[in-house]
Amino acid sequence: MIKTKTHIKSNFSPLKKNNLGHLKIATAGSVDDGKSTLIGRLLYDTKSLTDDKLEAIEEKSRQRGFDYLDFSLATDGLVAEREQGITIDVAHIYFSTRKKSFIIADTPGHIEYTRNMVTGASTAQASIVLIDARNGVVEQTYRHFFINNLLRIKNVVIAVNKMDLVDFSEEKYKIIKGEIEYLASKSEYKDQQLTFIPLSALQGDNVVSVSENMPWYQGETLLQHLEKLDTEDISDDSQVRFPVQTVIRPKIATYHDFRGYAGKIYGGDFEVGDKVTVLPSLTKSTIKSIHFFDKEYARAKSGSSVTITLNDNVNVSRGDMLVKVDEEPTITKQLDATICWMDSAPLQVSQKYYIKHGVNDAQAKITQLNSIIKTDFSGKTENPSELALNQIGDIQLKLSKPMLVDAYNQNKSNGAFILINPKTNNTVGVGFINPPLIPRRGN
Amino acid sequence: MNQRTIQVDALESEAIYIFREVVAQFEKPVLLFSGGKDSITLVRLAQKAFFPAKIPFPLMHIDTGHNFPETIKFRDQLVKELGVNLIIRNVQDNIDSGRVKEETGRYSSRNILQTETLLDAIEEFGFDACIGGARRDEEKARAKERIFSVRDDFGQWDEKNQRPEVFDMLNGRIDLGQNVRVFPISNWTELDVWSYIKKEDIEIPSIYFAHKRNTFLRDGLIWSADDAVVFRDKEEKVVERMVRFRTVGDMSCTAAVLSDAIDITKVVEEIRDSSISERGARIDDKRSEAAMEKRKQQGYF
Repeated sequence: MIKTKTHIKSNFSPLKKNNLGHLKIATAGSVDDGKSTLIGRLLYDTKSLTDDKLEAIEEKSRQRGFDYLDFSLATDGLVAEREQGITIDVAHIYFSTRKKSFIIADTPGHIEYTRNMVTGASTAQASIVLIDARNGVVEQTYRHFFINNLLRIKNVVIAVNKMDLVDFSEEKYKIIKGEIEYLASKSEYKDQQLTFIPLSALQGDNVVSVSENMPWYQGETLLQHLEKLDTEDISDDSQVRFPVQTVIRPKIATYHDFRGYAGKIYGGDFEVGDKVTVLPSLTKSTIKSIHFFDKEYARAKSGSSVTITLNDNVNVSRGDMLVKVDEEPTITKQLDATICWMDSAPLQVSQKYYIKHGVNDAQAKITQLNSIIKTDFSGKTENPSELALNQIGDIQLKLSKPMLVDAYNQNKSNGAFILINPKTNNTVGVGFINPPLIPRRGN
Repeated sequence: MNQRTIQVDALESEAIYIFREVVAQFEKPVLLFSGGKDSITLVRLAQKAFFPAKIPFPLMHIDTGHNFPETIKFRDQLVKELGVNLIIRNVQDNIDSGRVKEETGRYSSRNILQTETLLDAIEEFGFDACIGGARRDEEKARAKERIFSVRDDFGQWDEKNQRPEVFDMLNGRIDLGQNVRVFPISNWTELDVWSYIKKEDIEIPSIYFAHKRNTFLRDGLIWSADDAVVFRDKEEKVVERMVRFRTVGDMSCTAAVLSDAIDITKVVEEIRDSSISERGARIDDKRSEAAMEKRKQQGYF
């Protein structure tokens, strides 16, 4: 147990914080697997908790009669969360070491809050799936591991937690490792890099400091591993996509004829002079200039929000897309997709929703519900009548207008969409576009 | 022809992307401007998002009447330079008309009264999106906030039932009467903001830098004695100290910190090595463990 008296803050010299960009990590795992405690431990051991926040945690822990520091108090920011001792919604927690700075999305373990887990995981560059060593792989572990695969998160850490409660048993750890490796062998996403770490978040074993209780484990601690991960977005290695968010026409004397297309570049680089296709019109042109604020640049990389002008006077508006010639996405009014359902009202065939694909909107009708996918990788239930909250299934959609899409496994940024319920305006599902893509007939 | 490649700043590009989504998805956005470093940073990002066009929405300041004079001077100058429209709504007006009751006593503050004035202004102008400079690293309830955060007619935040926000797809669909609070620098830390201000050479109000000020101590915090706004007992002794402010909220709830950081480079260094959080000097958060969450539920920004 972490006794409060052992906390002598004045003796610590805080690790230097840096600001080299943040590595985004999502946590996952079932209720009470210790996600919030693990994050608290990371914050504490990297001296990332400021004195005033630490004092607040000490005081609250004492009030509640704990003889240890309840680190989940650092992240469970809502009253209802602290009352129930659970995490309801994603909290974004920051900490840094000399080498790297991190944002951790502390996501809920409860099945009813899976949508919030997806929210946290969708923007993550790495994921930590916690497993309680006493309970092993449980339903939520399957689900979260499956969602990590669906999202194609490349770096996944399997943190076998609460090793202190199983006498630091290597055997228990190996059983869990074997089970996850078996699941991974059945996943179609083969580029995933799995790292297994046995730890105790409460006692600090293998989180920041090497555990003396598990000499049989020779690998890295969790923090050592996280510090080594690449911050480069692994999705930025596909064909370039530039969805136009808005058209900039200043209509002032100095920029009288300026007509710039504002958006963010995904998947690659653009250079002045590049031959481009404007979609969906399929008009060809070349890049005349690339603007960022008050300067012009010759080249812009993936991830930058820029304004582009073209050499030809073509008609471009919001939702249109600039791509390199011969790298066009599919123009289609029909989609096959895997969808994760996030609404209490189930998805049913022939229902209509709004679809948002990047910055493009349309109406969508569910034409088929093919199957519900079992998240333990044991197969599918064919032809279900509906898809309920937190279920994942394969569907087909018909769209009210052509969209410019890639399969998610080819291009992450251009292969996902959300569905919005037109009655409530709520986001009710997130979809991942599957091959084969069916181009619209004619033009 | 310029041969340079743009250096990608992921946080900056994300914020610019969010600004452009706001303008594309909403009819009447407004940028809530306090004169603090976060809203000043927002203004720079908005400029970048739409250049060479002007910022396509007004700024709005909810003035508690207890602002640091330096902040107000700075605000008026900035607005003049940018040529944008500034809307000012005063908490004082609501106090005078009896709509809200001013707190009294030792810890009285007008901070909470801002909410009512803000909600009135949203209704008066029909704003459907209010852009603010809140960040997730500031406070644990803010750590839970979405980038597009839907509020109902009463400005209430339904914290247990937020919309999923996946990838960078932002769902701005709302019913009549609802509005969305938008937080473009959600993912920035205090250090990110300061580093950006330094990199961009952005001007900020002088009270952010160390200066000599008459102050008194209370509950371990340092309060300004120069202005009549903060209630002070006769026993509380006034001493001149070298201080600066880390946030520039309402004077009645914003304490100073001892500091020698007289310029931006020193401020960045100080923040980097700090062991007290930014809001550690904000008495409004210390009222209870859930102070921020409660204020947000009621429509606080």
